[in-house]
Amino acid sequence: MKVFVCIKQVPDTETKIKLKPDQSGVDFTGVKWVMNPYDEFAVEEAIKLREGGKATGVVVFSVGPKARVVESLRTALAMGADDAVVIDAPEDLDSSVVAKALAGAIKAEGEFRYILTGKLAIDDNASAVSQMIAEYLNIPQATVVSKLEIGDTSATAEREVEGGTREILELKGPAVIAANKGLNMPRYASLPGIMKAKKKVIKELTLDAVGASAADVRVKYKGFQMPAEKPAVKMLGGDAAAQAHELATLLRNEAKVI
Amino acid sequence: MASVLVFTEFADGKFKKGALELLSAARKSGLKVQALALGSGAKALPFGAEGVDEVFVADNAQFDKYNPELFSATVSALLAAQKPSVVLASSSALARDMFPRVAAHMGVGVASDCTTLEISSDGNVTARRPMYAGKCTAEVSFENSPTKIVLMRANQLPVVAATGAKTPSVTDVAAPATDLHTIIKDVVKGTSGKLDLTEANIIVAGGRGMKDAASFKLLEDLADVLGATVGASRAVVDAGWVPHTMQVGQTGKTVAPTLYIAAGVSGAIQHLAGMSGSKVIVAINKDANAPIFQKATYGIVGDVFEILPKLTEEFKKLVHH
Repeated sequence: MKVFVCIKQVPDTETKIKLKPDQSGVDFTGVKWVMNPYDEFAVEEAIKLREGGKATGVVVFSVGPKARVVESLRTALAMGADDAVVIDAPEDLDSSVVAKALAGAIKAEGEFRYILTGKLAIDDNASAVSQMIAEYLNIPQATVVSKLEIGDTSATAEREVEGGTREILELKGPAVIAANKGLNMPRYASLPGIMKAKKKVIKELTLDAVGASAADVRVKYKGFQMPAEKPAVKMLGGDAAAQAHELATLLRNEAKVI
Repeated sequence: MASVLVFTEFADGKFKKGALELLSAARKSGLKVQALALGSGAKALPFGAEGVDEVFVADNAQFDKYNPELFSATVSALLAAQKPSVVLASSSALARDMFPRVAAHMGVGVASDCTTLEISSDGNVTARRPMYAGKCTAEVSFENSPTKIVLMRANQLPVVAATGAKTPSVTDVAAPATDLHTIIKDVVKGTSGKLDLTEANIIVAGGRGMKDAASFKLLEDLADVLGATVGASRAVVDAGWVPHTMQVGQTGKTVAPTLYIAAGVSGAIQHLAGMSGSKVIVAINKDANAPIFQKATYGIVGDVFEILPKLTEEFKKLVHH
């Protein structure tokens, strides 16, 4: 059975964020778009499952403005995914509409064994779409997964929670698995892979076709602000002993944090 | 009547600090305060002393280990019946995993990692949250969402003592009859015994300037004196010196402690995004031009191997007096 992967295209982590003059959002002019770093772990894991004979194929899905989002889908194809589906949609959808669109496209695509995602997208940091897909498809989930073993009828996923504690889940039947860093080492696309990916036809769908609507967003973001400017740093002079002493004194008496 | 329902996480018979922060915010709203607690010992929690009007508990061992399917089905059923105007929870690993699923079930909005919160007397919510790991912030606007689910980051709201205890009604919550496809095989406790980075009040973080994995001992010694948690930059995680759970930054954890001490961290844009919300930042680096100094409150240009042990000694003197 196939493995499906849902990916998001996000501004590269090097991006310096600029806001639109009316603070209604981020100004994306000149931004370099990349596949969300956590989604690379999902793509890699899916390809490994196919290579290990645990999946018959890898289909990658993404929701967003078609013209740019297809670039990240081609990256996934170049890494080794077999097919890709883009659901053309405006920029500012929320997690619930994106998840509904992905769930709709997944249902239309047919049978699958697992849906792999990244644990969080580094743009809005919501970490919600994976769990919402699981709810819409009424299947179990494991998020923040750093270790995954696939058996014949079930999977064992290890998820990381606070303080280094790990929860080990057994998932019966199809499930959504959201990858954390550490699950694997994503491969780079090979040159032949890139050439092959260029020729692949990416399936195009609309929000309407997958049963989702931009009018159904439940969360919008407004009033964007840059972090407050920090006052100038106070540099401490003298030798190491003097610096250490002055710092400890300042933290206690001036900053009052220890 | 509009209500605020607080999902109260607890351990060892006590509310976690995050739950006390949320209960304080719920009382401040002036709305009816409801609380939900799942797991053995839930019933014995001091809800009355915290000014709670209505309590919902599943005080049984079935809920002692987090099962995403079981918990989300149970909480979804309760919320669908109670229809609170606002649901407050800590932005914990459990809540971040569960509440998006609950929100999808109910067809309502959820906002994680919020850092500010105001609840109006008619049950509306004004909240802000970081975007791009803190490179900017935005106000959350709930649309067509009769219940608004807000997950608050730790240490953002004050804990205020309740004035006057209440005698809340207590309702038992049962798990809905669902066919579970998830089995919790094991929960392996972390060995550090330290607070998670996202909850820590003080963080001591190391970067490439620490030279090797063994040198993190210097950071641990300092952290032990301060009751701090040790963090790291991406470079040292990628080098395999420390696990990814310790990474601060855009592809690690976003943190906002009271005090952040960065030792040998140059301050890549991704790291700065993840920690610049800290109240007081100390930077120790041998390169006076390191970008970390632009975000720092106090800066020391110097050798971490010389300064860290001396700093540990200084803090020992302070803490013991």
